Amino acid sequence: MLVGAQTRLLVQGLGREGAFHAGRMLEYGTKVVGAAKPGKGGTKQDGIPLFDSVAQAVDATGANASIIFVPAAGAPDAILEALDAQLDLVVAITEGIAVHEMLTIASVLEKSASVLVGPNCPGLISPGTAKVGIMPAENFSPGPVGFVSRSGTLTYEIADLLTKAGLGQTTCIGIGGDPIIGLPTPDAVRYLNEDPDTEVIVIVGEIGGSAEERAAEYMRAFAKKPAVAFIAGRSAPPGKRMGHAGAIVSGNSGTAASKVSAFEAAGIPVATAPSEIPGMVTRALAGR
Amino acid sequence: MKLHEFQAKQVLARAGISIPEGRVATTPAEAEAAATALGLPVVVKAQVHVGGRGKAGGVKLAKTAAEATSAAQAILGMDIKGFTVRRVYVERAAKIAKELYLGITIDRDRRRAVVMLSTVGGMDIEDVAATQPEKIARGWPDALLGLQGYAARGLCFTAGVPEAQRDAVAAIARQLYGVFRATDAMTIEINPLFIQEDGSVVAGDAKLEVDDNALYRQPELAKLKETQPNEEQEERAKALGFSYVQLDGEVGIIGNGAGLVMSTLDAVKNAGGHAANFLDVGGGAKESVVKAALEIVLANPKVKSVFINIFGGITRGDEVAKGILAVLHDTKPKVPLVIRLSGTEAEAGRALLEGARLVSRATMDEAATEAVRLAR
Repeated sequence: MLVGAQTRLLVQGLGREGAFHAGRMLEYGTKVVGAAKPGKGGTKQDGIPLFDSVAQAVDATGANASIIFVPAAGAPDAILEALDAQLDLVVAITEGIAVHEMLTIASVLEKSASVLVGPNCPGLISPGTAKVGIMPAENFSPGPVGFVSRSGTLTYEIADLLTKAGLGQTTCIGIGGDPIIGLPTPDAVRYLNEDPDTEVIVIVGEIGGSAEERAAEYMRAFAKKPAVAFIAGRSAPPGKRMGHAGAIVSGNSGTAASKVSAFEAAGIPVATAPSEIPGMVTRALAGR
Repeated sequence: MKLHEFQAKQVLARAGISIPEGRVATTPAEAEAAATALGLPVVVKAQVHVGGRGKAGGVKLAKTAAEATSAAQAILGMDIKGFTVRRVYVERAAKIAKELYLGITIDRDRRRAVVMLSTVGGMDIEDVAATQPEKIARGWPDALLGLQGYAARGLCFTAGVPEAQRDAVAAIARQLYGVFRATDAMTIEINPLFIQEDGSVVAGDAKLEVDDNALYRQPELAKLKETQPNEEQEERAKALGFSYVQLDGEVGIIGNGAGLVMSTLDAVKNAGGHAANFLDVGGGAKESVVKAALEIVLANPKVKSVFINIFGGITRGDEVAKGILAVLHDTKPKVPLVIRLSGTEAEAGRALLEGARLVSRATMDEAATEAVRLAR
């Protein structure tokens, strides 16, 4: 999978938030091998070796992944630097990156073998193995459920419901709430569908765009395992941006109704409340 | 952030795209003077941040200076979909032979800009896209290459632009793409793009919406931001670091995380009620932020109950509880509060709220049901 024991992680943006979460990730057992902090190369911060550039850090540590906390104005440069260093995985936590910067990054991604998760996301966790993100680890537990979500807190809530119902997770991927992201829902679903340890997939989407429709289309054709879906924002009026930059119904596009019917057409049941998800997952596992 | 037509046209003109001569007027007398200076006939157009102004009577042709005065008189002060018209744009009328559509927006699925050109101009492009998709030529330039000459020409061939204007329209498409990138536009549109009787091509209208996340590096455009009276609460919330959207229902909502708040709105609807707002306090909200959030929600006279739904991660339950207690202490809300606290420090938060005048529920569904019941 995308994160695991093989992950050797760099931090870009070791400020207050970055340093806090670097500590939490180390506690969880993630191999945080260094941080890029231009001008501070050769020194250490909280025991983490610092480098002037991502390229230098990769040479010295064999890092294969990076997590980015750099503020919005500088984050595109940090993402491009990480992609230039050909890391396997780049996770951008930063919220508020300009859409045109993401258009440029998307163009670079078309020719890159790296996977970008985010921006504006909580990151990824393979419970019990590695965490490359900011999620509170206590809501997650190891098990057979693969989980992809466009939101942050709602992901923790649903992971907590699953964990309390005894349904642990293989990997949870928080893909982010922006209109243009590195790993859209269909691509994240494809990873979980191909992952041999994942037995059932939970897809949490929200209004805006048509990534859920494309994920449903993909599952209709290629599903190797059952899936359960939930769409946030069913009661949101058109034309209003609901917190996430990407959560907006424009005209007839991006409606919850369209996403729900796409999943149902693909044989994927859609929960009307998060509390229904554990029961539906249990039934999906039993019905295989 | 939206620009007015006259502002967007100035941006286009600076990029080399021809626009008819025009002037802004805020009184009928100014409109008359503008009409006389520009030469008749003129078009008098409402400047508001909403589409469909033509159908609402916000665009009038004037053949005489007197007509320009009366057109401005009719349009100024007019209400168009909740927006009051404060300014009109008086523009020399184009001699129209044909109308085209040219627009660029973000294609989320392809993760590229999409350039759209059609010989069906002047209409709502979404209607054309729905009923006659073959009438719209589309191109998706690579952000690193931009809209190359061959691609712009190809759009003109596909759309069936008359041969005499092909080079001019292709050039305008490339100029418009340049403006789209340079202004951090979410959408930029010339609808209609006029071919005049003399064969020249001018922008009949202009729409430009700028990415709010890019305003920090668009200082000239950021100065043009206008807040409508109904958006003041939303702007106040943004300044405090959380996002607020006014809705029509009776249950006030506060939560942390956009997805969780959207789900909270849905839970209220599932329970038979309607949300009065969307309010996300964001991650790690402190006591003061929670207090300010609650005050904004309670300021809405339609609110009959408030549902506070917190799943603590970075946000701590005890901080949330302190913010609520501060409001209960200072203002004595007239409507009931329902809270559901879970996650980090939720128990500490619930202990702090023991004995306070509010209802606590263990799950989101139970709390939603209770908030809806209390709003009746």
